[in-house]
Amino acid sequence: MEFGLSESQQLLRDNARKFFAGECPMEEVRRLMETETAYDANLWNKLVEQGYTGIILSEEYGGVGLGKVELILLMEEAGRALLPGPLFSTVALAGAVVESVANDSQKKKYLSAICAGDARSTLAILEASPSWRPADLRMASANGKLTGEKLFVTDAAAADFIVVAARDGIFAVDVKAPGISISPMKTLDLTRKAYSVRFTNTPAERLGDLTGLPRALDIATAALAAELVGGMQRTLDITVDYAKMRKQFGKPIGMFQAVQHHCADMYLETESARSAAYYAAWALEENAPDAAVAVSIAKMYASDAGRTVGNRGIQVHGGMGFTWENDIHLYYRRAKASETALGDSTYHRERIATLVIDGGAASSQSA
Amino acid sequence: MDLSLNNEERQFRDELRAWLESNVPKDWAEWREKPLEESFPYLRTWQRKLHEGRWAAVSWPKEYGGRSATLMQQAIFWEEMARAQAPSMANALGLGLIGPTIIAYGTEAQKKRFVPKILSTDEVWCQGFSEPNAGSDLAGLQTEARLDGDHYVVNGQKVWTSYGWVADWCELVVRTDPNVPKHKGLTVLLVDMKSPGVEVRPLRQITGESEFNELFFRDVRVPVENVLGKVNDGWNVAVSTLMFERGSYGARLHLLFKRNIDRLIELSRNQHRNGQVSAKDPLTRQKLAQCYAEIEIMRLNQLRAFSRITATGVPGPEGSIQKIFWSELNQRLQQVAQELLGPYGQLTHGDSRAIDNGIWSYGYLRTRGNTIEAGTSEVQRNIIGHFVLGLPRSY
Repeated sequence: MEFGLSESQQLLRDNARKFFAGECPMEEVRRLMETETAYDANLWNKLVEQGYTGIILSEEYGGVGLGKVELILLMEEAGRALLPGPLFSTVALAGAVVESVANDSQKKKYLSAICAGDARSTLAILEASPSWRPADLRMASANGKLTGEKLFVTDAAAADFIVVAARDGIFAVDVKAPGISISPMKTLDLTRKAYSVRFTNTPAERLGDLTGLPRALDIATAALAAELVGGMQRTLDITVDYAKMRKQFGKPIGMFQAVQHHCADMYLETESARSAAYYAAWALEENAPDAAVAVSIAKMYASDAGRTVGNRGIQVHGGMGFTWENDIHLYYRRAKASETALGDSTYHRERIATLVIDGGAASSQSA
Repeated sequence: MDLSLNNEERQFRDELRAWLESNVPKDWAEWREKPLEESFPYLRTWQRKLHEGRWAAVSWPKEYGGRSATLMQQAIFWEEMARAQAPSMANALGLGLIGPTIIAYGTEAQKKRFVPKILSTDEVWCQGFSEPNAGSDLAGLQTEARLDGDHYVVNGQKVWTSYGWVADWCELVVRTDPNVPKHKGLTVLLVDMKSPGVEVRPLRQITGESEFNELFFRDVRVPVENVLGKVNDGWNVAVSTLMFERGSYGARLHLLFKRNIDRLIELSRNQHRNGQVSAKDPLTRQKLAQCYAEIEIMRLNQLRAFSRITATGVPGPEGSIQKIFWSELNQRLQQVAQELLGPYGQLTHGDSRAIDNGIWSYGYLRTRGNTIEAGTSEVQRNIIGHFVLGLPRSY
């Protein structure tokens, strides 16, 4: 039993950290967030060269064929860098769903395009009355066509095809298909853009039924929890650096226990969120009986901790934390968006209750 | 990263599981909620049984009666104990903290003299650390030991001593040199509690019981061969005991917490409150799920810490997050229990209507101590701030 990272996992994480620091420093994040889509073709090609778009996809489709633990390590580093653009939407959302529900020839078509860097994608689930439960979906296809509106679809304007969850199955829609209209929603998170996607008799290719959706969403949810962990870690690092440097009353503010204790809590929450996210990824990879519970534990904790770590980080920064100039609010905005995405902590607590109290799910044990 | 068991771990688990199945006493439920004074002989017998099976101190080296278990095997040990609903052990401080410290710092003669009797519970141990004027600032302690021939003569007072009423021996931290900076003048002595001049008084606590004691030392003579480690190096010896305490306690507590949350879930399914089954009430479900999740995260934090210690070889200051996490979680858990049980939650031991013989009202008060004992939450946060995050010292 080993909860540390293997050498190759450490290498992947270190390389990703170096890559994002070099190719997407905060100046680049700030430049991209001011653009319409936050997507940059040049940066995307470099991500593809690293194999990041195909990280968990089979070699059959040109992917790297790594596991869920590697996926969340990559996402953690992307979160630390506050990477803008459709990597999460393409890989963790659309990629995971297609992989889980589509037939072989469809997988070959869509997943090969993702691995090769020829296509970006995203997943459309939420409607006017938002719910993350597949049972609450209202939109349905008629004669192979979709009509209706999906909301809060991340990175839709950068996508080449959109994976749509409807009541009667999962569909793929080409963004150039007739009757589709994509319009931006003005949201808090400037680095991950959200859109309304309206379909009017839009031709859609059916990929499969909804049976495989919960498993795919679990993978995406664990990845998002890990991305939150990366953001928390960066928020903690920025905050501790500031507390060591900023002086009041002739001393670094980090010398005061009131400030130290905020930082200690940020550390405790970041580490705890990391433990939960790593375990969720491992449980998914191994199809452990408690995988679904583990995913909900990870997202529940990361949703709340992402917010509270941000709260404390801003507080420790004092007036500087309230400025546009300081990077901390950019992480805070992402954390707020990710807090609700794929289910907030209330949603996941209820899911844990359903699995544990109603279902009597076996509690996990190492042994 | 691979959280499945390797062959050695599986073998360890299977052997332990089989042993527990045939050896865990069947009547433990009748004893579990009794005061420790009553159940102590029972727990002593149980520890002897564990010792006969070589399960009493799995973390200890083989030559001292342990199994040289890896940290992961230790985690498995506590999980299996929880799974089998096994009683805890009588000589908890001796096994968990003081034995390992003697093994690390003791002379061959000391190890030979003390270690076997810790295992067999022939000698029960307590710790003489805190004093009325030295709690968080432990290094400021004032109990003094003066050299007189081949003996130290000890005078002073200790407080918050667990097991003081039953202990045969005490790991006592004393000041041997008052003329150097406070951390540099301390020494650890192994003191026979039957020595003339040792007085043990019960300290009645918030729960009404006397789990802790005050110890008074008046001209107590301790032979120099009972110095543990080097004279005036007591701070390092004491800190190493505290590291054992903070580092691994989380793994043991998982046993208790799991049992508590499982029991609360069971109670929620079988009770009506305000006209509905508690397990159907959305807010109750939220709170139980939160506790369930945090208990799981406590386990995972512990496993990750074990992996890190295995890689680096030493328990580090990050053990402080374990201490903060379990103590604050336990308080939240007890508050959820109170909300779940409503007025029944306040019934105490001995009331015929008390649920689980009053453990929930007891637990509610007892857990207030969790964030104070073994290093307050404030001290733990100072440790993280300074030693983990590198912030300047605040004091």
